[in-house]
Amino acid sequence: MTRDEITEAVLRALSDVAPEADPATLRPDVSLRDQLDIDSMDLLNFVIGIHEQVHVDIPEADYARLETLDEVVDYLVEKTAP
Amino acid sequence: MAEFVMPALGADMNVGTLMTWLKQPGDTVARGDIIAVVHTDKADVEVEVFTSGVLERVLIEPGAEVPVGTALAVIREDGAPAAPPSAAPAPAAPAAPAPAEAGPHIAISPSARHLAEELGIDPALIEGSGPGGRIQRKDVEAAAAARDAAAAAPPVPAQVPPAAPPTGPAVEDRNAAMRRAIASAMSRSKREIPHFYLGQTIHMSNAIAWLAQENLRRPVPERLLHGVLLVKAVALALREVPELNAVWQGDELVRREDINVGVAIALRGGGLVAPAIHETDRLSLDELMHAFRDLVSRARSWSLRSSEMSDPTITVTSLGERGVETVFGVIFPPQVAIVGFGTLVERPWISEGQVLICPVVNASLSADHRVTDGHRASAFLAAIDRLLQEPDEL
Repeated sequence: MTRDEITEAVLRALSDVAPEADPATLRPDVSLRDQLDIDSMDLLNFVIGIHEQVHVDIPEADYARLETLDEVVDYLVEKTAP
Repeated sequence: MAEFVMPALGADMNVGTLMTWLKQPGDTVARGDIIAVVHTDKADVEVEVFTSGVLERVLIEPGAEVPVGTALAVIREDGAPAAPPSAAPAPAAPAAPAPAEAGPHIAISPSARHLAEELGIDPALIEGSGPGGRIQRKDVEAAAAARDAAAAAPPVPAQVPPAAPPTGPAVEDRNAAMRRAIASAMSRSKREIPHFYLGQTIHMSNAIAWLAQENLRRPVPERLLHGVLLVKAVALALREVPELNAVWQGDELVRREDINVGVAIALRGGGLVAPAIHETDRLSLDELMHAFRDLVSRARSWSLRSSEMSDPTITVTSLGERGVETVFGVIFPPQVAIVGFGTLVERPWISEGQVLICPVVNASLSADHRVTDGHRASAFLAAIDRLLQEPDEL
């Protein structure tokens, strides 16, 4: 997947857990938790969404690396690299 | 004929607005079917019917706000003659058939028996999966699902689409209404219930280590949240201190046999609801996680069911997401207790002369002093603590 495709998939997964979020106003370098009021259930659903759309299983130990949109995309680009 | 009435879905509910009919006159309805969506100050709630038969006529049109107890529709019970087509008063309906009795030899929980009656399932035909073959709600649901799958009946929607906001009040109005409902219930609680508060710091090393190992081997969609361990521990601890699994009615304590833990769920845009997870103590952690996820999803899409709103016997709230360490909860009447959990945090912990760094969580209990006292309440918190030390037994 290209970086753009991954970004698109991440935004889809985010919109499933925070349907009121507007991707256009989402700041890529600011905490998703702070911007979208995400709790642990949302985070789990987000990780499940990533699992379904990008086919990457994110271990719990890596959750701390998923603070912002940019960090999530960077992480997935790294994990899907050939 | 039986009346289908506006249900009371909480201590603070006096009126409700009929949003939608999901069945039409002439449709067959079975106990347990969701036939209407009702808007309350706190949520849009899918309302189950408690009579099997035919929806004879609706008395209230969508959009009308009516007091609790108002007849919304008339249901012709199974076996009752059809009403004449004229507008003349309907003849007196014959006595409703007596609910099927399970018989004293059938081990079945009251909640499961109630559900079996609602769904028209004979408990004698159900194989119980609980201790000693006791029939549980999930057994009834499985039996009903098997029956429905076998029947070639017209499909009844298992999942009702969420009651969409566009047909209801504006979001701002809904949020304001929810705040009013919360204000009413909490004011009543602080006015009428003599609260007392206890707290206990619980060592979570075992639970967190177990959970990390467990989630490591699980596929992503089957992972557990640590909140599920907390809820299950509360449910099991209630077996040891059953006076906290109760409601206060009139001037007396009414204990509930089924343990239906209400879980506080924050809603997007503000406000909260605390619907019940039925028979929480009897669910495996997987079942509990599944139920919890489903409940959160439906609460946030405003599609809870009436029994979930009316059946909690205690509430659990966790406010640790944003770093709160200790919760001083307000009891939701008519319940008599609320358990709060703070954030999971590392603290120095002295064990056998050694200072260790351990994950801990503060558990708090707000309890009704008319019902219990500090000694019993302490035993309850101690039981939660003890249960969390053996997470694989939850």
